[in-house]
Amino acid sequence: MKKPIAGGAGAATGVEVTLASSGVSRPRRGPLSPLENERLLAGVLLAPTIVLLGMFIAYPFVMGVWLSLSSTSVGNVGHFVGAHNFVKAWNDSIFRTAFWNTCWYTGWATVFKLTLGMWLALLLNRSFRGKRIVRASMLLPFIVPTVLSTFAWRWMFDPTFSVLNWLLFRAGMITTKLPFLSDGDYGMWCAIVVNTWRGMPFFAITLLAGLQTINPDLHEASSLDGANAWHRFWHVTWPLLKPVTLVVVVFSVIQTFSDFQLIYVLTGGGPANATHLIATYAYQVGVATGLLGEGAAISLFMLPVLFLVVWLQLRYLRRLETT
Amino acid sequence: MIIERRWKKWVYFYIPLTLFVIGTLFPFYWMFVTAIRPDAELYRSWRAVNNAPFWTLAPTLDHFRDLLNKTTFPQWLWNTFFIAVVSTIISLFCGLLAGYALARLKFPMAGTLGTSIFVTYLVPPTLLFIPLADIIRNFQLGNTPWALILTYPTFLIPFCTWLLMGYFKTIPKELEECARIDGATRFGAMVRIIFPIAVPGILSAGIFAFTLSWNEFIYALVFLSSPEKKTVPVGVVSELIRGDIYFWGQLMAGALLGSIPVAVVYSFFVEYYVTGLTGSVKG
Repeated sequence: MKKPIAGGAGAATGVEVTLASSGVSRPRRGPLSPLENERLLAGVLLAPTIVLLGMFIAYPFVMGVWLSLSSTSVGNVGHFVGAHNFVKAWNDSIFRTAFWNTCWYTGWATVFKLTLGMWLALLLNRSFRGKRIVRASMLLPFIVPTVLSTFAWRWMFDPTFSVLNWLLFRAGMITTKLPFLSDGDYGMWCAIVVNTWRGMPFFAITLLAGLQTINPDLHEASSLDGANAWHRFWHVTWPLLKPVTLVVVVFSVIQTFSDFQLIYVLTGGGPANATHLIATYAYQVGVATGLLGEGAAISLFMLPVLFLVVWLQLRYLRRLETT
Repeated sequence: MIIERRWKKWVYFYIPLTLFVIGTLFPFYWMFVTAIRPDAELYRSWRAVNNAPFWTLAPTLDHFRDLLNKTTFPQWLWNTFFIAVVSTIISLFCGLLAGYALARLKFPMAGTLGTSIFVTYLVPPTLLFIPLADIIRNFQLGNTPWALILTYPTFLIPFCTWLLMGYFKTIPKELEECARIDGATRFGAMVRIIFPIAVPGILSAGIFAFTLSWNEFIYALVFLSSPEKKTVPVGVVSELIRGDIYFWGQLMAGALLGSIPVAVVYSFFVEYYVTGLTGSVKG
């Protein structure tokens, strides 16, 4: 009788046989009895997920690859054209701008989100009055639909009525309006600012959760040893926070690299296609213009970068599991 | 305790924290002020002498009234709510079952399957929207809420599965084994013993999934075309801007009203939301 208790889920069939033959208690034989078989039950439980993900992720993915290799457009069944769409995109100056914009945008936004998020997490990790409400309100940018909050920013960056221009003018920092969204370079920086504003809470709250698992005794010990605040952060906090930071950065990079809605609302890719990201340009070509094949090819350009990031993440997770 | 001087506390703590709070909340404040400002006051040159730049002298509810009466905004709210709730339920259902299977059952390919579900979590919607639009059209789902109800779970299920799998792993196996010794079937033990214990995890996953689907934009933009079928984010973008004219008062009123439902859900369940947020990352 020892076996069934210690056996666990791993020895399920063994459990049943022992139980049934010993006659201590007998599992009810209902209509669900085939589900006592572990493999069968697993199959049944996983079926809805596999069907949905297969139909709306795997199938579209395969289809996207096929589309990208064909000359399909709306209302026109295309034929196989090989890598033509990819070559065409790569020789397209707007696409190149969009590609570099995406890298630039992802890079800077991630750096800012990480720095500010870490700083905010360290601030929130201290105890002070009203901590709960401050922490809750800090997450608001992350909760509110991106499109809606980006509209608020667009209004703040408005060419004629910008409150930010007003503030800077009143503070004596500028004498003429800054062309926030009517200049490509300014436009990209504005997008980076908005993305940072929206994504920073995610970094802060996740890093805060990581901070709270760190034993305060460690800090006390190191401060007794004469470490100042910076040393304590660099030699105690940061090494312990590295794993969670890496995961957050990976998530954020994927989200930022594939961003669409922020640019779509803030600049619409303009002025003169100077602020397109890969996703917004794919939308313009694939949906607005109707060239499905070319659009699919453009969005597939995201894949190598995403693949690299996911691969790094998986390798890291494996390493965590084995240690 | 690490003791600090008073001025140090101001420089290193109060001032930065205040700046963070102002920076985070100012856009929302500005949204609110714009929404209640009369048009005459809104469209004034940026250099004009303005007595109350950060407040309004004649607050008005006109923009809200116009939004609710002259546009299909209430319908968009309802659409968004309906789609978010149904796709959250579907995702929770799938996530619960799959999460349990991956956490507790031994079967061939368990590891591979777990990894591939995790990888789909990392496939962004912007990579798939063009072929998906084609598929939706072929399935005759275009311009119906079902186009979104069936596609939102693709990014919700992986996340729910991972979160709940992590949660199930923290529940001791002995509980289930006791139930089975007492005669419960495997399925019965899962539904009656494990799921009730996992309620906090289910809530976290559900709230997070709800806010994610409320936020979703690109699928809704591509799959829906008639104005009365749209969700709030898409409706605001495509119907409140006519040509090149932005109705900022109405837009901000719409942004405010469209944010309130998620903000309310969030404020009631902050702790669960945070668990969902941090759990999804650690998973």
